[in-house]
Amino acid sequence: MSRLVVGPFNRVEGDLEVTLDISGGRVDRAYVDSTLYRGFEQILRGKDPMDALVFVPRICGICSVTQSVAAANALRNAMGISIPRNGQLATNLILANENLTDHFTHFYLFFMPDFARDGYSGRPWHGMAEQRFKAVTGSAAGDALPARAAFLHMMGVLAGKWPHTLTLQPGGSSRAVSSTEKIRLYAMLREFRAYLEKIMFGDKLENIVKLDSMRALEAWRDARPPDASDFRLFLEVARDLELHRIGRATDIFLSYGSYEMAGEYLFSPGVWDASKGTLSAIDPSDIVEDLSHSRMTGERDARHPYQGETQPAPDKPDAYTWCKAPRWRGQVLECGALARQVVTGHPLIRDMVEKTGGNVTTRVVARLLEISRVIPAMESWIKSLSPGEPFCVQGRMPDNAKGVGMVEAARGALGHWLVVKEGKIANYQIVAPTTWNFSPRDRDGIPGALEQALVGVPVGEHERVPLAVQHVVRSFDPCMVCTVH
Amino acid sequence: MMNLIWLQSGGCGGCTMSLLSADVRDLFGMLKDAGINIVWHPGLSEQTGSEAIEVLEACASGDLPLDILCVEGSLLRGPNGTGRFHVLSGTGKPMIEWVRQLAEKAQYTIAVGTCATYGGVTAGGCNPTDACGMQYDGASRGGLLGVDYLSQSGLPVINIAGCPTHPGWVLETLLALAMDSFTQADLDELGRPRFYADHLVHHGCARNEYYEFKASAEKPSDQGCMMENMGCKGTQAHADCNIRPWNGGGSCTDGGYACIGCTEPGFEEPGHPFTQTPKIAGIPIGLPTDMPKAWFVALATLSKSATPKRVKENATSDHLVIVPGIRKTGVK
Ligand code: SF4
Ligand code: SF4
Repeated sequence: MSRLVVGPFNRVEGDLEVTLDISGGRVDRAYVDSTLYRGFEQILRGKDPMDALVFVPRICGICSVTQSVAAANALRNAMGISIPRNGQLATNLILANENLTDHFTHFYLFFMPDFARDGYSGRPWHGMAEQRFKAVTGSAAGDALPARAAFLHMMGVLAGKWPHTLTLQPGGSSRAVSSTEKIRLYAMLREFRAYLEKIMFGDKLENIVKLDSMRALEAWRDARPPDASDFRLFLEVARDLELHRIGRATDIFLSYGSYEMAGEYLFSPGVWDASKGTLSAIDPSDIVEDLSHSRMTGERDARHPYQGETQPAPDKPDAYTWCKAPRWRGQVLECGALARQVVTGHPLIRDMVEKTGGNVTTRVVARLLEISRVIPAMESWIKSLSPGEPFCVQGRMPDNAKGVGMVEAARGALGHWLVVKEGKIANYQIVAPTTWNFSPRDRDGIPGALEQALVGVPVGEHERVPLAVQHVVRSFDPCMVCTVH
Repeated sequence: MMNLIWLQSGGCGGCTMSLLSADVRDLFGMLKDAGINIVWHPGLSEQTGSEAIEVLEACASGDLPLDILCVEGSLLRGPNGTGRFHVLSGTGKPMIEWVRQLAEKAQYTIAVGTCATYGGVTAGGCNPTDACGMQYDGASRGGLLGVDYLSQSGLPVINIAGCPTHPGWVLETLLALAMDSFTQADLDELGRPRFYADHLVHHGCARNEYYEFKASAEKPSDQGCMMENMGCKGTQAHADCNIRPWNGGGSCTDGGYACIGCTEPGFEEPGHPFTQTPKIAGIPIGLPTDMPKAWFVALATLSKSATPKRVKENATSDHLVIVPGIRKTGVK
């Protein structure tokens, strides 16, 4: 048995080190370490509750809006108010803009460049991958970045700027949209759709959404040449490298539900256990965080976030990461686009998970499928905006209150738990998506989702940074700064 | 070619995300054509793990010339000065050590964003990680590298403050360095490039007419000026946010919320809730710095008495309730 430490891991957001015990050319055990601690939960203590809206987006510059939505939801929950329809539509649009930007950035800048590496130079598709996806110099960066920047112009109108907006308020959105802006937003969305249909998918979004089984996806793939589109090229690579064979975690999937509109979700919430084929409702009181292997004081009892503590203990024995270990009814869950699509029951993703489980291929396909599902929804939200009607209402924070805000970031379930005492924040606990996925072991020694997903991954004899390990890690689209906040 | 290394420490990665949103046709191509070679960036480069460490070591030892060192995120000195709150993964070595070593060799050292310049939000509250900026700790000079630090070119750290920074501020600074046309005189007192820091956020704010008449917003989504009640620091914050748009055409004040002065040292602890204006005897503290208080009060009283109905009513609404009238006159 040998040991390999891999880091710095790049093309992930933030800091990650993975320690691998290897035997017989495969990973035997993996330990995931988030090597950065900033202490936002400590910083927030004693602040005016509304100041959370300034601090929490700055937990993460890649999903800053999602953090804002979680905070606004928690504040709203504590205030006991509800927001006007326009405010909800604007929030959904801002959130969708960020989530899709994340999926898009992940695919083009973080995930695909690995297939352009010299290690794959013998593969039939390598030339195409290199020309298109080589980090920094590939042609895709030149196409995708301007498309991304133009798509983010929606933030200029709806949120003032991105990242780090203060538009999202407990009472709605502080930026009312005028009727001319409504048209501009629609035009921006059409422009992005055109890029997606021409370059990313090489097909109408509606045709992608319609793919309802693995067989249908394979037929779609086989009906066009590998260089027909970026998605098509990915499917070629995935088939050749058998990416569906690596990266399986517990296959129990969590989603808080996404894009709420008057109590209905575009993607419904729940926990899907693939081995049993069961869907459970998600009750926030079933969530705890365990600190036994985290560099934090308090290892005895796993606590619900309302009682959660964050006190760094850098020298704690047996601790190997700054990340906490969230558990749901004692279980390790996976979250992200794959989880959302499986929970909400998209037939393609349900079929893929049934046949091959959660893995590198299904995670990427779910992400791209989600892009094609959300764009049409955004079009309908823009059409439903009613300029002239209110976007924001006023609320009042009671001196003593509690609130929870749950939302889906691109990379999965994000929850904020807020306790207000005598008008100040007494406790603020954050459980981020990557905290779920990149969780360390808990007190029973059960490894987190990525730690499980890495077991069995092949490692070549001379590989110092094993390629398959990188694919698995990046398939989760990790955000380490969120993890440790 | 100028070799550029970009490191991220105690920040959120938002300044990189912001840079990637630059409204240019081909960001990487443009930098390359200008003569800037991105040797390593944690978010973007190919090299991972030991491949990346080799590159960093080559720069630290001087084997690979380092022209530009960009650091994003605050520098975490804790716990107890060890820097162990942020170890560069795979190296066992605290990030502050890497930054110190690389800064020795760099021709130019750039702090990208308010975390890296002055400490930023990571230094807020009880500052649990003892976070500071590259050459400042809040408004006082010093920080990680010390008062006397100069990079090989003889310049102090260039502070591209902002939370996040505007992509244009970063790009133009890099291009100015590539053109070899950036000197000490281009930096303001707090080390910020003057091309954006010589402006105030108030300049060009779409709410200026409301400001003139002291027609004020009272709640989020109102259109009025946000200085009197909503905590706006636009009259004091150094940045060209309302002249140079964000994301194609936005700004904080256009987005319906106050400027919180994110380019200023210590913005993270204003001493009052961010979106409330503290007042003494009904008069906002923190008036425009170059205006005597008595004058301000006199002018405000006068202009409030002269506020047109249109301005007054629109100020507390989220859309125009009265549009500017059309006057029929022969004079053009
Ligand atoms: S909202 Fe702020 S920046 Fe705009 S006019 Fe008022 S004080 Fe100036
Ligand atoms: S308007 Fe103020 S808070 Fe907003 S980005 Fe500019 S300086 Fe920062």
